[in-house]
Amino acid sequence: MFFRNTLVDGFPYNSLILHKLLFLKSILTESQLAITIKRLAHQILENNSELANTVLIGLQPRGIYLSDQVVEAIRKEFPGTNVQYGKLDITFYRDDIRKELHIANQTDIPFSIEGKRVVLIDDVLYTGRTIRAALDALLDFGRPEKVELCVLIDRRFSRQFPIQPDYVGKAIDSIVSQRVKVYWKKKDDREEVALLDY
Amino acid sequence: MQLSTRHLLGIKDLSANDISLILQTAEQFKEVLQRPVKKVPSLRDIVVVNLFFENSTRTRISFELAEKRLSADTVNFTASSSSVAKGETLLDTVNNILSMKVDMVVMRHSASGAPHFLAQHIPAAIINAGDGINEHPTQGLLDAFSIKEKTGGLEGRKVAIIGDIMHSRVAQSNIYLLKKMGAEVAVCGPPTLIPKYIREALGVEVSYNLRETLEWCDVANVLRIQLERQNQVLFSSLREYNLAYGISRKMLDSLHKEIVIMHPGPINRGVELDSDVADSKQSIILQQVENGVAVRMAVLYLLSERSN
Repeated sequence: MFFRNTLVDGFPYNSLILHKLLFLKSILTESQLAITIKRLAHQILENNSELANTVLIGLQPRGIYLSDQVVEAIRKEFPGTNVQYGKLDITFYRDDIRKELHIANQTDIPFSIEGKRVVLIDDVLYTGRTIRAALDALLDFGRPEKVELCVLIDRRFSRQFPIQPDYVGKAIDSIVSQRVKVYWKKKDDREEVALLDY
Repeated sequence: MQLSTRHLLGIKDLSANDISLILQTAEQFKEVLQRPVKKVPSLRDIVVVNLFFENSTRTRISFELAEKRLSADTVNFTASSSSVAKGETLLDTVNNILSMKVDMVVMRHSASGAPHFLAQHIPAAIINAGDGINEHPTQGLLDAFSIKEKTGGLEGRKVAIIGDIMHSRVAQSNIYLLKKMGAEVAVCGPPTLIPKYIREALGVEVSYNLRETLEWCDVANVLRIQLERQNQVLFSSLREYNLAYGISRKMLDSLHKEIVIMHPGPINRGVELDSDVADSKQSIILQQVENGVAVRMAVLYLLSERSN
């Protein structure tokens, strides 16, 4: 089927399909992703039984798709409870600001984090630089009692800062030339985690 | 996405995309200004010099605050207390300052085109904080930001600019910007204070009747009479001007709708605006000042030097 298509088109191969076959490896499928997100929500609940004293903060731009779903799962588990949920953009705190211009996203933390337990939520943990910036940004909002980190994908052995996650969806071993891409329905029309080789 | 220009000399050189990018970034900085710590480390390694060859309170304090809230180092310069009084040229003054490793220049000058001249001769990024009767781009941007914030957008808004259009750099920047963003613009004032061919040159409506203009517009941006730039008599007295073009409570109440009142400051109370108009809830004059810091932070942030 694949070869017949390519012959009809008159090209040696359909480059997009071939590219996907060769270079794209699925790490988590849509159904696996749903189970993982549910587990992350449960683990956060397990460690933070007092929800009134806990705040969840998703990191812009792509961490919020995960945090939206984690918060939804927590709300489903305890209907009626007030889950304090905010979004944080770290653009102005980046350490590579002189190299490249990044466009800022919305920060929305409509409550005080003073003395609270904060769970930072992001999609991929790689060098740790984003989380370093996020910690700086977070402290400008007050002094939290504790900060925890929840990530969907932990790219182990790639860290450039001493930062480790508390909740991990899936830990993977990858090399620098590879890229991990998380696709979200809301943004990319499909839900999947893939490893890309270049 | 990045600005299409290295300097901010005037709104004239900006594209609609540039303007959107600045306004969008300013929104994020406005949120920063609501935080317990109203400061971000973005420009920690940048030195900005504020060169003010002409008097200013608002713009200067606003720029300085914007720089400090971005963690930039700032140096201030006032012409009256400097070597300019001893006869140094503009280029010499600036080159001397730049040799002390300054990255960005914010300049106000009474000569139109002074920042454009500087931009051709020095490597640092230049932000025009008002040049003569040419442009005042950051004021234009903050006015647009305030209109957008108050009315929800710029496209299709009817904005009237009222008063001394002839000598106003604020009017010029506002007209360029609002036209680029799809707003409708009208200017209103005494015939002697409105350039003759402004309709043909800038595509704005011209009216000499204040009431008609106020009936038409959603937003009225009221300007000060710039007596310091007028070297001939263009209207008989301030009192007469007030009677014909001053906005009073009574006049606003007699309109069919509630319009937004803006003013770039400083206000001459009782001339272009009566006190009970300037202080009413229709007026967003103080919000304009507040937004000025966020907009200037956005401009400084977007223009700060990047290595690639």
